[in-house]
Amino acid sequence: MTKLYVNGTEHEIEAAADTPLLWVLRDVLKLAGTKYGCGIAQCGSCTVHVDGTPVRSCIAPLASVAGKQVTTIEGVAEGETLHPVQQAWLEHDVVQCGYCQSGQIMSAIALLERNPDPSDAEIDEAMAGNICRCGTYQRIRKAIKAVASP
Amino acid sequence: MSDNRIDTLTRRQFVRAAGAAAGGLLVGFNLSACDSGPVSGQVTGDGPLLANTFIRIALDNSVAILVNHSEKGNGAYTALPMLVAEELDLDWSSITVEPAPTSPEYYHAWWGVYITGGSTSTGSSWGPLRSAGAKTRAMLLEAASRYWETDASGLTTAGGYVVDAANGRKLAYGDLIATIREHDIQPPESVMLKDPADFRIIGKDRRRIDAPEKVTGKAVFGIDVELPNLRTATVLRSPVFGGKVKSFDASEALLVEGVVKVKEVSSGVAVVADNFWAARKGRDALKVEWDLGSNAGLSTAAFYEEYRRLVDTDGLVAEDVGDVEAAFREFGDSEDSSIVEAVYELPYLAHATMEPMNAVADVRADRCEVWSGTQFQSNDRRLIAEYLGLSEESVVIHRSLMGGSFGRRASTIADFTLEAVEVANGESFPVKVIWSREDDMRGGFYRPLFVHKIRGLVDGDGTIQAWHQRAAGQSIMQDTVFEQAYMADGIDVYSMDGCVDQPYSIANHRVESHNPAKVGPLPLWWRAVGQTHTGFAYESFLDELAHAAGRDPMELRLELTRDFPRMHQVLETMAEAVDWGSPRADNRGVGLAARTAFGSFLAQVAEISVTDDRQIHVDKVTCVIDCGRAVNPLGVRAQVQSGIVYGMTAAMTGEIEIEEGRVKQSNFHDYPVMRMPHMPEVVVHIVDSGADPSGVGEPPTAPIAAAMTNALFDATGERVRKLPLINQGWRFRS
Repeated sequence: MTKLYVNGTEHEIEAAADTPLLWVLRDVLKLAGTKYGCGIAQCGSCTVHVDGTPVRSCIAPLASVAGKQVTTIEGVAEGETLHPVQQAWLEHDVVQCGYCQSGQIMSAIALLERNPDPSDAEIDEAMAGNICRCGTYQRIRKAIKAVASP
Repeated sequence: MSDNRIDTLTRRQFVRAAGAAAGGLLVGFNLSACDSGPVSGQVTGDGPLLANTFIRIALDNSVAILVNHSEKGNGAYTALPMLVAEELDLDWSSITVEPAPTSPEYYHAWWGVYITGGSTSTGSSWGPLRSAGAKTRAMLLEAASRYWETDASGLTTAGGYVVDAANGRKLAYGDLIATIREHDIQPPESVMLKDPADFRIIGKDRRRIDAPEKVTGKAVFGIDVELPNLRTATVLRSPVFGGKVKSFDASEALLVEGVVKVKEVSSGVAVVADNFWAARKGRDALKVEWDLGSNAGLSTAAFYEEYRRLVDTDGLVAEDVGDVEAAFREFGDSEDSSIVEAVYELPYLAHATMEPMNAVADVRADRCEVWSGTQFQSNDRRLIAEYLGLSEESVVIHRSLMGGSFGRRASTIADFTLEAVEVANGESFPVKVIWSREDDMRGGFYRPLFVHKIRGLVDGDGTIQAWHQRAAGQSIMQDTVFEQAYMADGIDVYSMDGCVDQPYSIANHRVESHNPAKVGPLPLWWRAVGQTHTGFAYESFLDELAHAAGRDPMELRLELTRDFPRMHQVLETMAEAVDWGSPRADNRGVGLAARTAFGSFLAQVAEISVTDDRQIHVDKVTCVIDCGRAVNPLGVRAQVQSGIVYGMTAAMTGEIEIEEGRVKQSNFHDYPVMRMPHMPEVVVHIVDSGADPSGVGEPPTAPIAAAMTNALFDATGERVRKLPLINQGWRFRS
């Protein structure tokens, strides 16, 4: 049993210690908003926050996050009120297929939490780990900037 | 259908294709929307009761619109309801979207199968969905007129209500359902559609209807489907295409906690487990001995060698205008004319959708239910029914949202969907088969590898007198259900799309095709299909001829398109938009490419910067597109950005290589794709030609590679004829 806090709720997880956090979230906790894209931390679709830091959950074994606070895409809104980044995503009509967007949003939130007014270069650097095959990058950039300077 | 829809086939090919398809399976794949009915005016009864097919209005005034095209990022779930909402004057917030079931009334309006493809979702729905909305509106007007006992001519509709302005009263649509039933009100045989001048929804930016669930993680993709007692499986597939299991040892796999079963299926050995991780670990523990079959020596290097040889020989003639040989004879010897010859080479490409392939199947003795992100559900259903020995009616396909597709999920052999059925067959529980990224990357179904050779002649006046092109690459359509409709005289219409019937007046123009044997990975449509390679070869060579003739590439295209007003207009708009010909810095280049593709006309200008150590950055791409009426301009702009990114990735880094029968690439570290730092500014200009809607999703992928390499030539004088650019030592600026 591994203790874990996900979106503020304590869980006792029964899963092999080497199970990546991604599959704990998806298969054990049924939080399917975090996506599998590559399994080797190349695409960013599985990005979650662990103790406030963006982490590729596909390569984070359960044992490595024991006792930690995990935030997923399901946990960033305050009830019915969307996170400002989610709201900006809607206003700029960012998504297309949407599969990568949980990860994109989690990376963007983490960026803005540590750097509320990022430059283009800083956005490039922070978001470079998140692939979008639909090519929504231009609107992601605009949405991040809109949150940065409302 | 009338033949003026076909504008990328030659007339002769069209006649053949139409004749071959007389059985009713399929007619014409590459359609524009020229005859889906007048934009406004009298529309006569057209088949099934549309009002009850696509639209469901509930008593609480909520409206479900059944959409018969897949949502894979393309925006169909937003644009298609807009067509209904316009004619039916709906309150947009009352609309929900449901994927329409696999039933003939939902088959593609042009093709008679249930498919999403060819950039036709909006074009093929333009008539039927507006008609469905208008007929439903007519029924509601009649109902209100009966209810109020007043003449219908004084009634209007707005925001989900029938309004009687003269008497200051209104009725919600849902409140009229009882009246419709009571009086058995039927949809009219014919109905007037709105004058475009009265459009309030069509042509206005509309944000995506599926965005809220996609920014909150609630959207259910195929990989997210949950069912009681659901198990997860992974399949160990042959390392070589077509290889078969000789024997396997599952003893260690079965020791992995959570693994419930190991079984052989036609694609390999499936490990079924309680969850993905157990299935994955179980698969890693499998020992399989393979019969690698005849493809164990296959290599892409050998394909290139073979195809290079082929393009030096006569092929099947796909287009033959004028007399190319005579032109070469007549002008070839003259001192002031120039002959240019070039070979262009393009690799296999994986679709690399963000969501790897997957499907869920629940197989019982007398029925089968499938959950799949599919673009081609009638084909899936037919093949599943055949495999299980069930009637098609006993097979139910639930179409999920899909995390990208780009053609991959319109499988001619239902591969990933049928595989899930095979794994679940005989089990008491439903099974979800998930492909790993590596499975997906190495799974085949690639954009075919192509070699083009073009010989051109420019006379002393700078006029292109002759164009002789030969292409070699595996046919997508050959040996598939599409062969009859899309192969004419042995020529795959889609392989040649984009090098025949382009809107350029060239007096002597000959195109030949070679279809080498289909061995190894199955070739499949990949966003823009033939245009992904023909676009690069054609527009690169046009640029080469312009330079050989000492002419400006824009000015040359403007002259060549004089008889093609829509293309000409696009180019004129582009010249003005980018201030073509303005001076630029030494390390910068500007490249132009233009295409007609999927019924649309478009041009792109790429502006790039290069460094001395061969780093390239695309600073800006301007795209001018005439896609007929832009139903949702916001969605059109998104798809243009999207198509450009997809094509840029292929041009820069996209390549699947095969050595000794095995695919070298496996994941995003060795099949790199465009990321945020590589994103250019994309500026989109939509030319409003007033024509009916034509393709948007695929066309923008067609010109971008040539626009980039033409820009590279402009900046450096280096002509790149083999993609991807990384193989020529170029890389994205970091």
